[in-house]
Amino acid sequence: MPDPGTTAIIEVRALTKIYRVGVETIHALRGLDLSIARNEMVAIMGSSGSGKSTLMNMLGCLDRPTSGAYHLNGRDVSRMNARELANVRNEEIGFVFQSFELLPRQTALENVELPLVYARGGWRGRRQRALAALDRVGLSKRVDHRPNQLSGGQRQRVAIARAILNNPSILLADEPTGNLDSQTTVEILALFRQLHAEGQTVVIVTHEDEVAAHCQRVVRLRDGRVLSDLPIAQDTAGRHLPAVRAATAEVGVPAHAAAQAAAHTAAHATEQGGGETC
Amino acid sequence: MLNPLFWLQAISLAFSQIWANKSRAFLTALGIIVGVASTTAVIAALTGLKSKVLAEFESVGASKFFVFPDRPDNAPRNMYPWEKILLKPAEVRAIRDECTLVKAVTPITEVGLDVESGDKRIEGITIAGIWPDWHMVQNRFVEEGRPFTSIDVDSERQVCLINGDAIKELDLPANPVGEAILIGGRRFLVVGIVETTQARFFGMNTSSAEIFIPFSVAEKMQDRNFFMRIEGMFTSPDVAEQGEDEVRFVLRRMRGLAPSDPQTFQVAAIDKFIEQFKALATGITAIAGGIVGISLLVGGIGIMNIMLVSVSERTREIGLRKAVGATPMAILLQFLLEAVTLCLVGGFIGIAIGRLAAFGLTQIPGAQLEQADVPFWAVVLSFAFSAVTGIVFGMFPAIKAARLDPIEALRHE
Repeated sequence: MPDPGTTAIIEVRALTKIYRVGVETIHALRGLDLSIARNEMVAIMGSSGSGKSTLMNMLGCLDRPTSGAYHLNGRDVSRMNARELANVRNEEIGFVFQSFELLPRQTALENVELPLVYARGGWRGRRQRALAALDRVGLSKRVDHRPNQLSGGQRQRVAIARAILNNPSILLADEPTGNLDSQTTVEILALFRQLHAEGQTVVIVTHEDEVAAHCQRVVRLRDGRVLSDLPIAQDTAGRHLPAVRAATAEVGVPAHAAAQAAAHTAAHATEQGGGETC
Repeated sequence: MLNPLFWLQAISLAFSQIWANKSRAFLTALGIIVGVASTTAVIAALTGLKSKVLAEFESVGASKFFVFPDRPDNAPRNMYPWEKILLKPAEVRAIRDECTLVKAVTPITEVGLDVESGDKRIEGITIAGIWPDWHMVQNRFVEEGRPFTSIDVDSERQVCLINGDAIKELDLPANPVGEAILIGGRRFLVVGIVETTQARFFGMNTSSAEIFIPFSVAEKMQDRNFFMRIEGMFTSPDVAEQGEDEVRFVLRRMRGLAPSDPQTFQVAAIDKFIEQFKALATGITAIAGGIVGISLLVGGIGIMNIMLVSVSERTREIGLRKAVGATPMAILLQFLLEAVTLCLVGGFIGIAIGRLAAFGLTQIPGAQLEQADVPFWAVVLSFAFSAVTGIVFGMFPAIKAARLDPIEALRHE
């Protein structure tokens, strides 16, 4: 048994994805390699068209690659059929979406229980499990509220409780703070860090450096390949941000390097921002 | 493969979906409701009519038989002129004398004549010529006076039996036995009053004025070639078939028919009529079944349409369910169950309305449908048909939902 701290939970090799839209062929992923260890907290970043969403769909087992291999928790999921992928999603993946995706007519508790509806056995004690999950996200007092009776942050907490219910191998969040104000964003990111501290592997797909700054590691994509894959302290893009500075200070990066990175980031961010709007 | 929680939530979701879109669900299920309701009502009416008619057949007597002239099928008219196939008095006498399985038999011939009593005169009353056995065959005896005897027939006595309505119409005293009336200008002595209790048959109210005279007398008052029918009774209902054969044999011999000649008359025991009526009722029920089939087809298309709308409205929800691990089969069953639930709710309402209509039918005076009721098999069948409609027409939308790409579905606006 390898050391659980260093076991790769996600092992992606030479992943390609080719879409055909009419007569056009789009190479969304062009031989991407990525490895994420258990209990890492990783941000995946990139402008639109970088292959970020495609990678997230692959990692979340929502889609199959055109070629390449994807081992999730030691199992090759790249050649599974729709039913097998559904079971993998149920047992191994916890999704958190930008727009929460809660069922409007169901209570917080019922929303959290949803994955158990599709679980292969082990649905007994569902209420306790759902209540425990809501407790972990700090919503044990709102279990009988419907989504329209909850604030945005509370809704996202319900969604996170739903995602962690089946103790997934990875918690996969797609722009989880995209619909939240800055104060709530901080709270939700703190929740992700708390879950990470409790041993949860977290992958956050985002285009915001503030969000990425809460992760240990930043993977940047461009044109369907990994552009850079660095610990947050060495990722230069977000250096001007207080959170990054704090993280950098912890590991002791020289101040002049940080300043240099901040200048670099400013230019980079403008370029990225332009790309993001189109 | 799918756990009990799935079924629990699928069923509750199906109902809450209907509840959340009450008016839409009602309009959608209307086709099913109308189809099931109308069929239920038709079946209820038929069932009522059937038990009523069968009860009436029973009251007539299961050992009863009828003989009437009948031109062979596809035979040229000139080969079998009417006067040649009419029943003759000699034939009924032969049946009486030779058929051992015949317990009682009577010819019946009817003639319309004017009847007078004092100043009162009624035109065209139907006078029936009968034998004394008529009392036994029809199970009608006298309330006052005496029934006919063979002496009345043999010596062609100018006597008559009369019923209550005829007494009223002719302004006769309450007990007219011993009074004389003029029938067709001839003087007849009233000797008895016949019961009217058994007189209802097929809703024909025969309690109108009735006068009976001996057959031998009626024969003389008729034209040369007059119409008569024969009614009789076998010794028991069990020998009905052999009894018919006997009657048939005697009549064929009387008519000199060779074995290859077609029959120029019909002998029918009451059980034949019962069978024929049952066959007719089954046929009508089958037609009703066809109507329900068509209305369920129309209703089913409505269900399919609304399920397609539902799938498209809930695309994001389907995407989410798939993301948290719903297999295509789970999504398919979910939507199929929803369509079936919608159909079953429609079927339930339809049956309820049908039952109400059936109750309404029993309240119509004179409609002969007092016994209209929805049989249990019709309820089961209606539910089964509704469920099948849900499965058949829910399948296409359900497959569409099951095949949705989760990524596309989650991106759907």
